[in-house]
Amino acid sequence: MTNNQPSISGKEKIPFYRDERIIMIFAQVLSAVMIIGILIWAIINFFKAAEARNMTLTFGFLKEAAGFPISNPPIDYEPGMSYARAFQAGLINTLLISGIGIIAATIIGTLTALARLSSNWLLSRIALVFIEFHRNIPLLVLLFIWYFVVFGMVPPVTESLQWPGPIFVNKRGVYLTWPRLTETGSIFVVLISIGIIVSLIVFIMLRKRRKITGKDTYYSPISVGVLVIFFLAGWSLSGGTPFQLDIPYFAGINYQGGLRLTPEFAGMFLSLSLYTAAFIAEVVRGGIQAVDRGQIEAARAVGLSQIQVLSLVIMPQALRIIIPPMISQYLNLTKNSSLALAIGFQEFFAVGKIAINQAGRAVPVFALIMITYLSLSLLTSFVLNIYNRRIQFVTR
Amino acid sequence: MVNIAIEQDHIRPPQPPGLIKWIKENLFSSIFNTVLTILLIPLISYLLFAVFRWVFFAAEWRAVTQFPLLYAVGQYPRDQIWRVGIILSGLFLFLGISWGRWGGLLKSISFTAGLIMLVTSLLPVQHPALDLNMRLYLGSNLLTILVGYLLGSKTAIKNTHIFIGWLLVPVCGIVLLAGFEASELIPDVSTTLWGGLLVTILLAAGGILLSFPLGIALAFGRRSSLPVVSAFSTVFIETIRGVPLVTILFMFSIILALFLPVESRIDRLVRALMAVTVFSAAYSAENIRGGLQAVPLGQIEAAKALGMGNFKTTIFIVLPQALRAVLPAIVGQFISLFKDTTLVVIIGINDFLGIGRSIINSDPEFVQMRTEVYIFMAVVYWIFSYLMSLASRRMEAAMGTSNNM
Repeated sequence: MTNNQPSISGKEKIPFYRDERIIMIFAQVLSAVMIIGILIWAIINFFKAAEARNMTLTFGFLKEAAGFPISNPPIDYEPGMSYARAFQAGLINTLLISGIGIIAATIIGTLTALARLSSNWLLSRIALVFIEFHRNIPLLVLLFIWYFVVFGMVPPVTESLQWPGPIFVNKRGVYLTWPRLTETGSIFVVLISIGIIVSLIVFIMLRKRRKITGKDTYYSPISVGVLVIFFLAGWSLSGGTPFQLDIPYFAGINYQGGLRLTPEFAGMFLSLSLYTAAFIAEVVRGGIQAVDRGQIEAARAVGLSQIQVLSLVIMPQALRIIIPPMISQYLNLTKNSSLALAIGFQEFFAVGKIAINQAGRAVPVFALIMITYLSLSLLTSFVLNIYNRRIQFVTR
Repeated sequence: MVNIAIEQDHIRPPQPPGLIKWIKENLFSSIFNTVLTILLIPLISYLLFAVFRWVFFAAEWRAVTQFPLLYAVGQYPRDQIWRVGIILSGLFLFLGISWGRWGGLLKSISFTAGLIMLVTSLLPVQHPALDLNMRLYLGSNLLTILVGYLLGSKTAIKNTHIFIGWLLVPVCGIVLLAGFEASELIPDVSTTLWGGLLVTILLAAGGILLSFPLGIALAFGRRSSLPVVSAFSTVFIETIRGVPLVTILFMFSIILALFLPVESRIDRLVRALMAVTVFSAAYSAENIRGGLQAVPLGQIEAAKALGMGNFKTTIFIVLPQALRAVLPAIVGQFISLFKDTTLVVIIGINDFLGIGRSIINSDPEFVQMRTEVYIFMAVVYWIFSYLMSLASRRMEAAMGTSNNM
């Protein structure tokens, strides 16, 4: 809307109040004065309020002792430790629940999308019911149902449910059997890590060679072979026992060992990943359905196998459509993890809220919360956008 | 002749498959599908049976059925509840008028609303909240809708009158709900007493109505050639989209007061409304911006060539096309705004979910019935959101903007 009208020379002169250039400059100045004026007004009010209530405006308090407990902190934390440490614990909880939630939601969502597209009517209807159920109720209601209703019905410690695994479920949480590294296990881990890197390099180099020379270099079997060799070497060097299953056992009043998920964590994790999975399912379904049928028929016609059609024709094209909305779902999940506050799972926002309630720290704590979430969002979208751009480039 | 007859036979759409053929194609098309079907049928039957048995025999619905008014309006004084009734009737009147004028989707909405009113007024149960007055009132709404319909079909009422009416009802409604301090007839009712579905709908409807123009303004602001305006809009939109709604709610309930003059005091329900409005506006702005970008430049040039000014071009040429293109996305945003209003529970406002929670916590006996209460909450929210998405799909189909291929 910036088309400068060609000035009509000579005959009639445009009055200054209809000259677009002058109007633009006037609007520019007016908007600047208004916005900056309101900001200055707010800041003056703020300094008055800060003086009257004797508020802290600096981040110096981060070094002070926090003085509040965090239940089941992911890192070593005690009330005597600093605010910075408390925020760190909260942030790790947020990242933990978001990371695991994203993985689970992606898997469940993709499976649901495939079920929705199934030629079996019953399966497709079940997927539809799952999607419509989760998309149309608020996440907070879902969270309360999982936490208060489902985990509220779980039996007390002495009558724990036992599921294959073994997994024990009781009021104190979910106890999983978990593989833990033995003393020699670190050798195994180091060798496997090297193996993954080496086989990736081999894979990329051989594939490149094939693209240049056109000769089959058997890059998939060779790189898998490299990985297997490293795996076997690690296995034997660590004496055949790199891992030991840590099985939870009943010790008088409570279960010991294994990996314990608190009811808060489990409830938050389940509701968050199921809720997001329903949205991801719709994204994936839309992406797969958007691939032209002719593409699939053409791929079959040139003799590609079923798996090749899926991996070389459908997925690359579908991914292009799926990834951008998927990124926004991941960001939503991360932001929604702040709802954990409502059931007392102490992630970053919950820790921040306690710090806000402690007199006089509202503003710096709030700034910290905003900056953290903003940088999480920006970082995620930055990383995934790079990946997205690569995908778009490869296919086009 | 024979040839032509065969042609026509060929053109005819294929017959819908028979039941057996349908079952064969959709349930037993391959070995894998057959196995899957055989496994799924008993599972589904068992689940349906279990749900049915729980709902009708095992569940104790007392915590839900005992307090219909609490769920509807919260602690709003019971002797003042007629004010809510008047607003509801006002809405029904204008719903009827719009139905008479435009028909279509509004007809279905009117029918649904009327049916719900009729059924509740005739419910064959004894309940203290559902006395004769209440039954008569609910039944009278059916008449209100019909009167509206008759008024709406008359041409004497202009379209602008209807639009003004739609704007006046909520505004007058809020004033009526709040009341005046000095008034005998409508004494003021503190918003701390408002609750239940009333607050949920107020927040959702208020948020939708206010965030829409704000979102349009932000979208234009972001595309503006004035650097100050565009920078401000961009920072505003991106900041709000980058943080969780809980943060915005806390910002308005705690931090905002620090940036306003000391003596000013904003009601906490209004602060919650401001928070959901600002939050939703940032998302709407991005949707609308997408629509604005989709309007071909030729349209704007043509409008200019016809001698339309900037303002006219925007209002009559750009906006209608832009909004049409992004209607599904905007309605989707409104649905999520409706669901997001539940978060006000966290800052201590008793919306529908909040009332449910306080009923559960009010009595140890009701703690045992929390399953029923939460299921009831989920069902109510589900019905509202599902109806909204259904309406949006119908609207898309009617406007021909559907992008399902």
